[in-house]
Amino acid sequence: MAFNYEKYLRIQKMPTLWCWGCGDGVILKAFVRAIEKMGIKQDDVCVISGIGCSGRFSSYVDFNTIHTTHGRTVAYATGVKLARPDKVVVCVAGDGDALAIGGNHTIHGCRRNIDITMIVINNFIYGLTNAQTSPTTPQGMWTVTQKIGNIDPTFDTCELAIASGASFVARETMLDPKKLEKILIKALEHKGFSMMEVLSNCHINLGRKNKMVSAMENLEWIDNITTSKKKYDAMTEEEQLNLFPLGILKQDLEVREYCDMYKDVIDAHQGKRAKITQDDFKKKI
Amino acid sequence: MATREIISTGNELAALAGVDAGCTFFGGYPLTPSSEVMHEISDLLPKVGGTCIQMEDEIGAICAVIGAGMAGARTMTGTSGPGMSLKAENLGLAQMAEVPLVCVNVMRGGPSTGLPTRVSQGDILQSKNPSHGDYKSITLCAGTLAECYTETVRAFNIADRFMQPVIVLLDETIGHMHGKADLPTVEEVKAGIVPRKRFDGPAEEYFPYECGPTEPAVLNPMFEGYRYHFTGLHHDKNGFPTEEIETCRKLIQRLEDKVAMHEDELESYEEFMMDDAEVMIIAYGSVSLAAKESIRHLRDEGIKAGLFRPITIWPSPAKKIKEYTDKIKKVLVVELNIGQYHSEVERASSRLDIDGLFKVNGRPISPYEIVNKVKEL
Repeated sequence: MAFNYEKYLRIQKMPTLWCWGCGDGVILKAFVRAIEKMGIKQDDVCVISGIGCSGRFSSYVDFNTIHTTHGRTVAYATGVKLARPDKVVVCVAGDGDALAIGGNHTIHGCRRNIDITMIVINNFIYGLTNAQTSPTTPQGMWTVTQKIGNIDPTFDTCELAIASGASFVARETMLDPKKLEKILIKALEHKGFSMMEVLSNCHINLGRKNKMVSAMENLEWIDNITTSKKKYDAMTEEEQLNLFPLGILKQDLEVREYCDMYKDVIDAHQGKRAKITQDDFKKKI
Repeated sequence: MATREIISTGNELAALAGVDAGCTFFGGYPLTPSSEVMHEISDLLPKVGGTCIQMEDEIGAICAVIGAGMAGARTMTGTSGPGMSLKAENLGLAQMAEVPLVCVNVMRGGPSTGLPTRVSQGDILQSKNPSHGDYKSITLCAGTLAECYTETVRAFNIADRFMQPVIVLLDETIGHMHGKADLPTVEEVKAGIVPRKRFDGPAEEYFPYECGPTEPAVLNPMFEGYRYHFTGLHHDKNGFPTEEIETCRKLIQRLEDKVAMHEDELESYEEFMMDDAEVMIIAYGSVSLAAKESIRHLRDEGIKAGLFRPITIWPSPAKKIKEYTDKIKKVLVVELNIGQYHSEVERASSRLDIDGLFKVNGRPISPYEIVNKVKEL
């Protein structure tokens, strides 16, 4: 039976503002299928987006939705989650949103390991504002602000999340929607901060001057710069240099979730348990 | 009215007021001279099952507060001038999306890093328009230790009534002042809580932003079966982005009018020895304490001076100011900035001969400075 998207999408807001061939729609559909498969009620989900093409994600899905200021999704989500720890809180951000203007919140969301799933749609460029350099734009590529070639070194979203303490980190592309759906379910199921990077295309802004003028050419490029984690791990450093590993890159089930830890704070203040000391934690420094 | 006597500081009283007024979420970032608000509430909130989180920066703090407010919590943050500057954009989102919150700003010297540990009242105009765009701010200003408590309580009820941020201004002097305060009892405060309006009908008949032209949005907490959209963009009755000309115009006009048309609900001021006053001193915050002392000295010397102290700073008590300035010739505005409220008094009074005594070196104004200035008038 065909999936009933109408149940989860705000059809009256369609067509989307996204360009023809954009990957955002594929990710959006994979996300709502994941929610349906998990049997989560729409009323129990909050989707929070920032500014950029991905910012419109929240207005197209029929959940409790917040379209925040640029880069602040994780900060808003932290407030929502702490106010309602029983609910499913999802951030959707672009590479500029999550890693440039909102980098600090991303880092500290990961560090706290608060139970938020953050989907970072990485299309390697500022799309909505017409092709400016993003923190993930590969060096040497054309952007409208670096027309003779980008010299800015790049961020690796997943490496950043791992280093910052996120307990679940995964990367997928929008090339395989079924796989994406499966891994999104894993990210949503995980209790703690889940960083879910999804590589996507922007043939309009990234592609047009970087020899990927069609969606297909842009997607082929994404296919060429990615490989499974298994294959990646078996490679030499030199072979790994220009590839992104796909799949679950980190999952730590032991580290405690922030709202859970805050319950200890409440209990300690209410005299239901002793004060929190270093002995409560494995890692001492 | 039953009262209780508490010995505390202005900052700590603001924190206590939050918890007594039903605040369950505080998001903050350390900032002198406001940090004690967070120090105190980080102990008080978990005791009643609430949450206090120290965020990674001032922007994160205001965003977390707005998020928790969208989920239905009564929320609060505390900061000082530099933090207000950083919070500005998201205070704008809370104005636009109509999310209530209380923001306590303990004023220090500015601009920029300024005088972190010293007093100023330099954020008066900032509190009128912290963010870009058109909207009407509500700002209250505590002039006594007790008011650090009572005005914070009032701010929570106003925020929920008007569905927007309410700024409570303290200044460094009053924030760090330690002394006795007569406060209303917790029972009385709890009995006075007026929570935000909510819609109880069927979800398909719920339009959160469809309200009278002078009324705030009716925003049910998230997760209760009324799914809608929050955005900082111009939006329609369900909160969805729109550029439709009339919808855009009506929205911004309503953000103005929901406050402008109900100013009488907000108006608050103190008149001290104004009955026979021939000299009117206008002062607010800690400066008003020095002004009262100066008035006693002036009266001893036969000069009939009185104090008019705005408590609701924005919207200003313009009508009352006009009433007084129409009949009193000598008017002196005393403030710890270079005439930020002075310009408002000029506007309200339609007079350009309003005198001012201003100080911007981080030190309080003494009663004698005011006495001397009045004698020069």
